[in-house]
Amino acid sequence: MSYIMIFISAIFVNNIVLSQFLGICPFLGVSKNSSTAAGMGMAVMFVMTLSTIATYLAYHLLLIPYHLEFMITVVFILIIASLVQMVEIILKKVSPALYQALGIFLPLITTNCAVLGIAILAVQKDYNLTHAVCYALANAIGFTLAIVLFAGLRERININALPHAMRGTPITLITAGLLSLAFMGFAGIGN
Amino acid sequence: MSNQSYENLTRGIIKENPTFVMLLGMCPTLGVTTSAANGLGMGLATLFVLILSNFAISLVKNVIPDMVRIPCYIVIIASFVTVVDLLMAAYLPSLHARLGIFIPLIVVNCIILGRAEAFASKNTIWQSVLDAVGMGIGFAGALTLLGIMREILGMGSVFGWKFVAEDADTMMLFIMPPGAFLALAGLVIVFNKITGAGK
Repeated sequence: MSYIMIFISAIFVNNIVLSQFLGICPFLGVSKNSSTAAGMGMAVMFVMTLSTIATYLAYHLLLIPYHLEFMITVVFILIIASLVQMVEIILKKVSPALYQALGIFLPLITTNCAVLGIAILAVQKDYNLTHAVCYALANAIGFTLAIVLFAGLRERININALPHAMRGTPITLITAGLLSLAFMGFAGIGN
Repeated sequence: MSNQSYENLTRGIIKENPTFVMLLGMCPTLGVTTSAANGLGMGLATLFVLILSNFAISLVKNVIPDMVRIPCYIVIIASFVTVVDLLMAAYLPSLHARLGIFIPLIVVNCIILGRAEAFASKNTIWQSVLDAVGMGIGFAGALTLLGIMREILGMGSVFGWKFVAEDADTMMLFIMPPGAFLALAGLVIVFNKITGAGK
């Protein structure tokens, strides 16, 4: 499978949020304005790529040789949680500017199912390491694209009058549904 | 049953329903509810993990140092999720295949960690189990309801029983990803209207 196909498939055709339903919580929660959404996207991109590398290596160097594949959930979530902590500490020391930008999003990412989901999918799909990294990066770009577009839409919705029962959550979900419908237009590309 | 117990048991079902009111655990809610059976299966799996994890966490709450409590909770939850994952793979292989990635992802379902942190870490074992049962039923009920709605609109069937003609046109949109968002939005609107919430 070529690298370009992995990117197109993950960003547009099988968008992680809008068609695979991973990472819905930050998608709905941190999309009130575009700049926060972009910050969250960057943080996810950073963590998802790193954690997929770490979990991929752990799976192939530890779990498979010792026949511990059934421990995948426990091991992966621990790796991701400690990795996020470590990234937070290192960033704080090495690059205060980057920490300022991403810092508040990092703790949220531990329980972001997109990160664990992509780590598990990457080993389930039998990718080699470079494919797995591309897969993670492509999905993270897909996440960023979706959340930034969605934040832009929500900013517009806020200035419109709505029926009472539809304010807040329902209109947010309907908007997400329409965005997801728009992304279905990409279905079939690359098959 | 005392008043307090009753309150803890019923809180999750309507008043603080995890799906419709608190909007927790959205990924499985939207991802697996293409049919009523899938929604119910996912709901019951989560209910099971929630009861066991609330029980275990409230059992060991005084032993865990405060600083490392979240990692400890996650390990406990992940262990129970592994148990459910293996049990389902052994006894319900077709459901296991349909729910796929969302079974290991029960670990990061915010409802479970949320109840552990907000309730089980501060209350007695019995009350924590009651809380888990209530929240779990609220979640499973919401998923089943969403699954039933999407299956009726998208397939013209309920729990696999088809009530329209084989070749009838159904609204396939509702079993595709956009339909998940739209169906949940519809249910939340109805829920808000009935309970008067969301104002």
